[in-house]
Amino acid sequence: MSLLSSTNALLGKELRTEFRSRELLTTTVVFILMVIVLFSFTFDPTYTESRRFGPGLLWLAFLFAASLMLQPCFLREQNNDTLSALRLSVSDPFAIFLAKLIANTVFLLFTELLMLPIFSILYNVPVLRVFGPLFVVFFLGSLGVSIAGTALSAISAQARLRELLLPLLLLPLLTPVLVASTQVTLGLLDASPYVEWKGIGFLVAFDAVFLTALWLFGEYLLEE
Amino acid sequence: MTSPGFSPTGIRFENIEKRYGGLAALRRIRLEIAPGECVALAGRNGSGKTTLLRIAAGLVKPSSGELTFPSSSKVSRGAQATAPHGKNAAGFVAHATMVYDELTAEENLLLFAKLQQTPGTAARVDKLLHEVGLYERRASLVRTFSRGMRQRVAIARALLHEPSILLLDEPSTGLDPQGVAWLAGALRDLRDRGCTMLMSLHGESEISMLATRAIRLDAGMIVADTSTGAEVRSILTFADA
Repeated sequence: MSLLSSTNALLGKELRTEFRSRELLTTTVVFILMVIVLFSFTFDPTYTESRRFGPGLLWLAFLFAASLMLQPCFLREQNNDTLSALRLSVSDPFAIFLAKLIANTVFLLFTELLMLPIFSILYNVPVLRVFGPLFVVFFLGSLGVSIAGTALSAISAQARLRELLLPLLLLPLLTPVLVASTQVTLGLLDASPYVEWKGIGFLVAFDAVFLTALWLFGEYLLEE
Repeated sequence: MTSPGFSPTGIRFENIEKRYGGLAALRRIRLEIAPGECVALAGRNGSGKTTLLRIAAGLVKPSSGELTFPSSSKVSRGAQATAPHGKNAAGFVAHATMVYDELTAEENLLLFAKLQQTPGTAARVDKLLHEVGLYERRASLVRTFSRGMRQRVAIARALLHEPSILLLDEPSTGLDPQGVAWLAGALRDLRDRGCTMLMSLHGESEISMLATRAIRLDAGMIVADTSTGAEVRSILTFADA
């Protein structure tokens, strides 16, 4: 009960501060929009090329945008040493991670859903008929990115060269998520859409393993 | 500050050591602070004051040694600790405010009260906002506050769970004379109600006048410890010498 109520209070704080400052959402939306638009104008892909390369491009844009979004996740707790105040206040430190990763997943998912119609129009790829399964893969992929990214953000926030460290650690670690998410999206955006269950299974397993690891070892990441 | 008295709790450092790699920040600190005592820590930058306070708060784990929080009755019997760490016993005020700029004063206090599962959350927050003189500004974002007002929010946050020990790390940093006077008054009131205080200070001020005991640290070791009035003033006056 304590974990749930602490997570709830902290999630409220994360959402409130973000919707007041809009720092993370603005950065991610602008970044993904730029990648999608620039790629479309530069390569002017055909219908077939769009279906073939679109999912990979989309997930690469999501991944790089996430690395931008996750950077300040723990860094901004250092401005006023609020992380110490949180550590002194919560009975279960996992609540700090849980609130942050839920907030990051919500922000990332929100951005992805906002960008989907633009992608669909620019690349002439219909998405409405597969929106349900697409939402599931967006959710599972974003959750995986957020779990690993939140943990690595806590590590990199305490290190020197922290701006470099997070992408250096995050991108190789998330390569399997990128591959699986792209494969599933590729199947869904095919002329005859199909669900790549193996990819979905992999994403579920990745999320479960990393969430368990964070639950078990997260406390040590917050120590000074 | 009109709350009732505190349940008296002391702090006992038993051979506390803290090393960061090869650097010893604290060396075999043996120190007992009696319940209700107001102790000032003095010393140059890097002498170990902040590390000692953060260990007492439970934010930093010592490399070796033991930290205990004996209650007044148990101290007289030389008994064991009342808590394994400082989370429940101590309130911590640092020179960083430890509150969120993007939240209002009231939202900040409500958040930390919920996390600490403080009974009667809303009433407790209202009471503290009145006591620190910020009730009228409770709906303003903390980023719009002056340094002095932020420090008031920080004090209110540290007192939310009515801690019997207050740890203060250079609490007057950046405060103007009016801010220092307010802080000194608030701390005097807490001290008079039996709150145990351990604070790091630089030089003599209205706040240092509250100390009944002064300890000087140098290179992570206690080099002076006195409760004699004149010597307390002397240690605090020449802390940076």
